[in-house]
Amino acid sequence: MTAELLFASLHLAVPELILAVGALALLMIGVFNGDKATSTVTGLAVALLIAAGLWILIASPDGAGFGGAYLSDSFARFMKVLALIGSVVAMVMAVGNARSEQLDRFEFPVLLVLATLGIMLMISANNLISLYMALELQSLALYVVAAINRDSLRSTEAGLKYFVLGALSSGMLLYGMSLIYGFTGNTGFDEIAKAIAAEGRSLGVVIGLVFVLTGLCFKISAVPFHMWTPDVYEGAPTPVTAFLAAAPKVGAMAILVRAVSDAFLPAVADWQQVVVFISLASMLLGSFAAIGQKNIKRLMAYSSIGHMGYALVGLAAGSKAGVTGVIIYMTIYMVMTLGTFACIMAMRRKEGETVESIDDLAGLSQTNPFMAVMLTALMFSLAGIPPLAGFFGKYFVFLAAIEAKLYWLAIIGILSSVVGAYYYLRVVKVMWFDEAKGEFDRVSPELRLVFGLSGLFVIVYLFIGGPVGSAAEAAAQSFF
Amino acid sequence: MTDWPILSTVTFLPLVGVALLLFTREDGVFGRRNILNVSLLTTVFTFIVSLFIWAGFDNANAGFQMVEKHGWLGTGIAYHVGVDGISMLFVILTTFLMPFCVLASWNSVEKRVKEYMIAFLIMETMMIGVFVALDTVLFYVFFEATLIPMFIIIGVWGGKDRVYASYKFFLYTLLGSVLMMLAIMAMYWQSGTTDVPTLLKYGFPAGLQTWLWLAFFASFAVKMPMWPVHTWLPDAHVQAPTAGSVILAGVMLKLGGYGFLRFSLPMFPLASDFFAPFVFTLSVIAIIYTSLVALMQDDIKKLIAYSSVAHMGYVTMGIFAANTQGVQGAIFQMLSHGIVSGALFLCVGVVYDRLHTREIAAYGGLANNMPKYAVAFMVFTMANVGLPGTSGFIGEFLTIIGVFRVNNWVALFAATGVILSASYALWLYRRVIFGALEKDSLKSLLDLSAREKLVLYPLLALTIFFGVYPAPVFDATAASVDALIHNYEAALKAASQVALLVN
Repeated sequence: MTAELLFASLHLAVPELILAVGALALLMIGVFNGDKATSTVTGLAVALLIAAGLWILIASPDGAGFGGAYLSDSFARFMKVLALIGSVVAMVMAVGNARSEQLDRFEFPVLLVLATLGIMLMISANNLISLYMALELQSLALYVVAAINRDSLRSTEAGLKYFVLGALSSGMLLYGMSLIYGFTGNTGFDEIAKAIAAEGRSLGVVIGLVFVLTGLCFKISAVPFHMWTPDVYEGAPTPVTAFLAAAPKVGAMAILVRAVSDAFLPAVADWQQVVVFISLASMLLGSFAAIGQKNIKRLMAYSSIGHMGYALVGLAAGSKAGVTGVIIYMTIYMVMTLGTFACIMAMRRKEGETVESIDDLAGLSQTNPFMAVMLTALMFSLAGIPPLAGFFGKYFVFLAAIEAKLYWLAIIGILSSVVGAYYYLRVVKVMWFDEAKGEFDRVSPELRLVFGLSGLFVIVYLFIGGPVGSAAEAAAQSFF
Repeated sequence: MTDWPILSTVTFLPLVGVALLLFTREDGVFGRRNILNVSLLTTVFTFIVSLFIWAGFDNANAGFQMVEKHGWLGTGIAYHVGVDGISMLFVILTTFLMPFCVLASWNSVEKRVKEYMIAFLIMETMMIGVFVALDTVLFYVFFEATLIPMFIIIGVWGGKDRVYASYKFFLYTLLGSVLMMLAIMAMYWQSGTTDVPTLLKYGFPAGLQTWLWLAFFASFAVKMPMWPVHTWLPDAHVQAPTAGSVILAGVMLKLGGYGFLRFSLPMFPLASDFFAPFVFTLSVIAIIYTSLVALMQDDIKKLIAYSSVAHMGYVTMGIFAANTQGVQGAIFQMLSHGIVSGALFLCVGVVYDRLHTREIAAYGGLANNMPKYAVAFMVFTMANVGLPGTSGFIGEFLTIIGVFRVNNWVALFAATGVILSASYALWLYRRVIFGALEKDSLKSLLDLSAREKLVLYPLLALTIFFGVYPAPVFDATAASVDALIHNYEAALKAASQVALLVN
C-alpha cells in the first residue's frame, strides 16, 4: 500500500480516528488523575462523539479505504450519526445517575467511546474480517460495561451471561465466515457477491450464511438468539441498559442490512426465508412474552425483541423500500427507546432508592404530568398507534413487505402488534387510571430534556417525517 | 371566501382550544369555570365556523368540494381534504354534538376537568379529520388516533369497570383496523396512489377486491359495530362518562358507516355485490338479536347501547342495498341516530347525575315530579322507536324500502325489528317514567335545570324538525349518492358484460 493510498484511507476514517485517539487520551487522563477526573473525562468523551458526528455530517466523503475493507457511503453515514446520537444521549443520561449506580468511574465513558468506535467501524465494514474485528471491539467493551457495578450481584451476573452467550455467538459468526471464505475464496463483500453471482450459491455458502446471520441476530437480540436480553437489560445498571438498547442495535442492524443486501444479494432467496422466520418469531415472542412482565426494564427487553422483528420485516422484503423502512424504523426505535429509558431512570423515590416495577408508576399523571404525558406518547408510539412516530415506522416496513408479496408475514406481524399494544397500554393504564402510591424525586434536568425531546419527536414526527424519510431513502440508495 | 382553507380551520380549531387550556390552572372554582368556558366557547365557535361549510356547499356538485392538497411526508402521501354530500353532514354532526358534550360534563366531571376537556377537544379534531380526509393514509391516521383520547376518557373518568371496558374498546377496534392498514398498502402498490378521488376511479381487479373488501370490512364492522363483533360497545358505553357515550354513539359509530360508503361500496363494487347477502344476514341478526338482548337489560345505558347496535343494523343493510333509497336512508339514519342516541344518553346522564345509578329498577314514576324531563325523554324514545314525525322514522323507513327492492325476506325480518324496538323502548319508558312515585330517593328529584334544558331542547327541536322536513339533508346528499349509485351499477354492468363475453 503506497503512502497516498494509506493517507486517503485515513482521511476517510477521520471520525473513527478521532474516537480511537481520543479514547486513548481519555484513558491517560483518567489513569493519571484517578476517579476524581470522571466528570472531565465524561465531558471530553461527549465532546469527542459530537466532534466525530459533526465531521461525518460536514466533511465525510464517499469512498472505500484500506483495500476495500472500509466503506463510507450515505448509508454508513446515516447509521453512524444515529449511533453517535444514541451514545451521546446515553452518556449524558448516565451523569445524573452516576453515583447511585456506581458509574462514577472514569473507565465508563472511555469504554462507551470504545464501544461506539466499534459500532462505527462495524457500520463501515465491507469485509468479513473488518466486520469481525469491529464487532469484537464493540462487544468486549460492552461486556465490561454491563458488569461495571462490581458490587452488585445482578450486574456481574448480567455481564457474565452477556459474555458467555456473546462469545458463543462470535464463535458461530467466525465459523460461518470461514465457511464463506472457504467456498467463495474471498472475504470482501463485493467479491463474495461476485463469486456467488458467478458460480451460483453452493451448500457451503448457504450454511455459512446461516451461521453469519445467527451471529448478527444475536447482537440485535432477535428470536431465537434473544435469551440474554431480558436478564442483561434487567441486571445491568439502567444507563448501561439504555446504551445497550440503542446504539449497538443500530450498528448491528446496519451491518446485517449491509451484509445481506451487499455480499449476499445474489442469494436473496436463501436469506429471505431465514429473515422472515426470525422476524416472525421475534414479533410473536416480543408480544406474548412481555405480557407477564412486572419489571419495566424486562418489559423493554421484550419490547426491543419485538421491535427488532418489525425492523426485520423491512429487511425481509429485500428491496429499496424495505431498506428505507428499516432505516426509518431504527431511527424512530432509537429515539423512543432512549426517551423511555430516560423515564425509567427518573423513577427514583424521594428517599433516593430507584424502583423498576411498572406498578411504581401508579398515578404519575397526577404527581408529574409532564413526564406522564411524554411517557404516554412514547408508549402509544411504541405500540404503533397513529399519529405518533411508531406508526410511521411500522407503516414503511409493512409497506415494503406488501410490495414484496410477503402477505403472511405482514398479517401475522400486524396482528402481533395488537397483542403488543396490550402491554404498552398497561403502562399507560398504571400512570393514568391508578391512584398514586408515592411521588418520585425531582427529575434531573438532563433526563427531562431527553424524554421531553423524544416525546416531542414522536408527537411532531408527522410534520418532520418528510426530511427523515428522504434522508433514509437517500441512504438506502447506497445498495440499490 | 373560496380560498380560505375552511376544512383545515374547522378540523384544527379545537386544538387552539387545547393550547388555551394548557395555560389555565385547575385550582378553585374560578379555575374550573375558566376551563369549562374555554372549552364551551371553542366547541361553539367550531360549530359556527363549520356552518360555513354547509353554507358554501354546492348541493348540485357530486364531487369533492373545498379541497385542499399539500404534499406530506414526501412519499406520495398527501394532506388532502375535501367534503362531498356524504361526508359534509357528518362534519356538522360532530361539531354540533360537541358543545352538548361540554355542557353535559359541566358538573358531572368532578376530577381533572382540564385533562378531560383536552381529551375531548383532541377527539373532535380527529373525528372531523376522518370525515374530511381524502387520502387513505391520512384517513387511517385520524381513524386510529381517535382511540387514544377515548381510551383515556373511558379509563380515567369512567364507571366501576372502566379499566376492562377501556382495554376492550381499544384492543377490539385496533385489531379490526390494522388489517385495513395492510389493505391500504396493497391498494397503494396496485394503483400507485393513496389519493381517494383517484382510487374511486381506479377499478381494482375482481380477485383483489374480495380481499381488500374483507380487510376494510374487518375494520368498519368492529367500529359500527355489527353483530357478532359488537360486544365492546355495551361495555364501553356503560362505563364511559355521559359525554363519552354521546360521542361514542353519536359520532364514532358513524365512522364505520362512513367508511363503508367512502371505501367499500364505491371502490370494491364487485366484492360489495358479492358480499351483500352476507352483510344482510349479519344486519338482520343484529337487528333482531340485539333488540331481544336489549329487552332483558337492567341498566339503562346498556339498553340504549344494544339499541344502537340494532339501529346500526339498518344502516349496514341500507348501504349494501346499494340503491338510492337504501343509501340515502342509511345516511339519514346515521345522522338521526347521532342526534337521538346522543340525546338519550344525555337523558340518562340527567338522572344519573341526581341518583348515581343506572339501574332501571331504581327509577319509576318520574313523570310526577319531572314532567319536562318526561316529555323530552318521550320524544327521544319515540324517535328511537321510529315513530312517524320524528327523524328516526325516515331513516328506518327508507332503508327498509331500499332493501325491499333487493330482497323481500331481509326487509320482512328487518321490519320485525321495528316492533321489537318499540317494545324495549316503550317498556323502558314505562318503567322509568310512569307508575307511582313510590321510592323515597326519587321524591326529592328536581326537574330539568336551565343548563339541562339548554342541552335537551335544541336536540328535541331538531329531532322533530328533521322528522317533518328532512329535505335539507336529502338536498345535500342527493347528488353525491346518485353519483355513487351510478358508478356502482356501471361497474357491475361492465363486469357482467365481461363475464358474458368470456362465456
